Amino acid sequence: MKKRSILSIVAATAVLALSACGGGGGDPLSGGGSDKGSAGSQIIIGSADFTESQLVASIYSQALQAKGVSVKEQFNIGSREVYLQALKDGSIDLVPEYSGALLSYLDPKSTAATKDAVTAELKSKLPAGIAMLTPSAAEDKDVLAVTQATADKYKLKTISDLTLVAGELVLGGPAEWKTRQQGVVGLRDVYGLHFKDFVSLDAGGTLTMTALTNGQIQAGDLFSTDPGLKANHLVALEDNKNLFAAENVVPLIKAGKQNDTVTKTLDAVSAKLTTDDLISMNAEAATGANLSDIAKKWLARAGISGQ
Amino acid sequence: MNIVGWFTDPANWSGSGGIPVQIGYHLLYSAIALLAALVIAVPLGILIGSTGRGEAVVAGFANALRALPSLGLLVLLFLIISPVVAGKLVYILPTVVVLVLLAVPPILTGTYAGIQSADPHAVDAARGMGFTRSQILMRVQLPCALPLMVSGVRSSTLQIVSTATIAAYLGLQGLGRFILDGRATASFSEMAGGAILVALLAIVLEFTFAWIGRLIVSPGLRRTAIKSTSPLETSVTTVTLEKSP
Repeated sequence: MKKRSILSIVAATAVLALSACGGGGGDPLSGGGSDKGSAGSQIIIGSADFTESQLVASIYSQALQAKGVSVKEQFNIGSREVYLQALKDGSIDLVPEYSGALLSYLDPKSTAATKDAVTAELKSKLPAGIAMLTPSAAEDKDVLAVTQATADKYKLKTISDLTLVAGELVLGGPAEWKTRQQGVVGLRDVYGLHFKDFVSLDAGGTLTMTALTNGQIQAGDLFSTDPGLKANHLVALEDNKNLFAAENVVPLIKAGKQNDTVTKTLDAVSAKLTTDDLISMNAEAATGANLSDIAKKWLARAGISGQ
Repeated sequence: MNIVGWFTDPANWSGSGGIPVQIGYHLLYSAIALLAALVIAVPLGILIGSTGRGEAVVAGFANALRALPSLGLLVLLFLIISPVVAGKLVYILPTVVVLVLLAVPPILTGTYAGIQSADPHAVDAARGMGFTRSQILMRVQLPCALPLMVSGVRSSTLQIVSTATIAAYLGLQGLGRFILDGRATASFSEMAGGAILVALLAIVLEFTFAWIGRLIVSPGLRRTAIKSTSPLETSVTTVTLEKSP
């Protein structure tokens, strides 16, 4: 009994902590009131718990509003496990996703890597009742980055160019890279790269960035939309053998909520959105700017908002 | 989740990332941190204990540092020293500093409290026999302080061994690797295995220090002897003096 009460305290604390992270969004899963889910044509837009996802969700939200669609924002929900469940049970109707990551979540054995292959396979693997719209060219994928100095020294443009020099370089990335195909294993098997050492740091975060710019590691796993790539004069090596899956931004929507206006509006957003846009918006968000203002500015620039 | 399966898989016991190697790294980081903590805390504790000054300031400061969240401090130190420190040291230094900060206060407190609580009769007797101040410190006060010092070292060691798992956060080895790598690959038996190994290691070290404490502390200072009545106390003290080198 005592064990159970401790467990429930832990669970309650976790729930409190999670909702505290919600940034004023309230309980993200309680949306829609008693009937759980949106009424009629209203679309509840969700997002993952990181900035870029909220930015894109904010863009979706404002673009739809400009077309007269009634929307409700339930941002900052959590990880993929949580918001996909929310999408399935109707707590949310629309969420921005990344094609490659979603595919490997739905089918961990998938080896599709190019944009078209990932998109095609993802379509066939989506859970019933959930549809995806046209993926955007904008993508946030793993890149193998080196400093400009390293790139100049060894004349590096693509990952293949590392073949002869990898033995002199230390690679840094998240712990899961050690055993992951889209990581150390793939770099060895697909590219034939044997790095001098691998250091487990973080997934494209501060540790990897700092270690790379200060020379503790010479190659690191970063994300293509990281503003730090440009700011720190890093070179993202071209993945010429398509090891890292495409991660195009794609709207995931509840099938019943799809109509012409929604599809056209979101397709227009996807058509305009580029990786560079994500980079510059992330950079702006890093300075503490309001996400909804950043989204508004992008829509104005893209000529979608009509405001 | 198959924890037993993880422990019995021979692959987990061999190679550069195997259990014995990781225990070795874990002990290495812990030993470095413990030695550094001893070098800092024991002289400082002696100074405070024998002069009776600085207790509030130094001990308070050390305890306050202990309240810093280890993981946050680890990352902060890494970010600070990364531009100036080259090579592997950039990962090791923050780890050791974080562990030392945790380990200093118990040893420090044990040392000065031990010295201050040394039997005043014994100190007086030593002074009466013509011992100099440093002789009193080395031959009376420090041996008398040993039980408390050892218990300080014991609690520091527990802290260090359980916290040394964070070394893995900065890409180092040690038992934390199993916990972090297990989480990264959703292998919960690996995570649990790492956690169990840390706990076992802590228990083994706890017994080792209890045993060391029994070896180096004078039998006259064991609790059973101290509890005795006052006429016997004098003779106990005499035994201590005779036994000291």
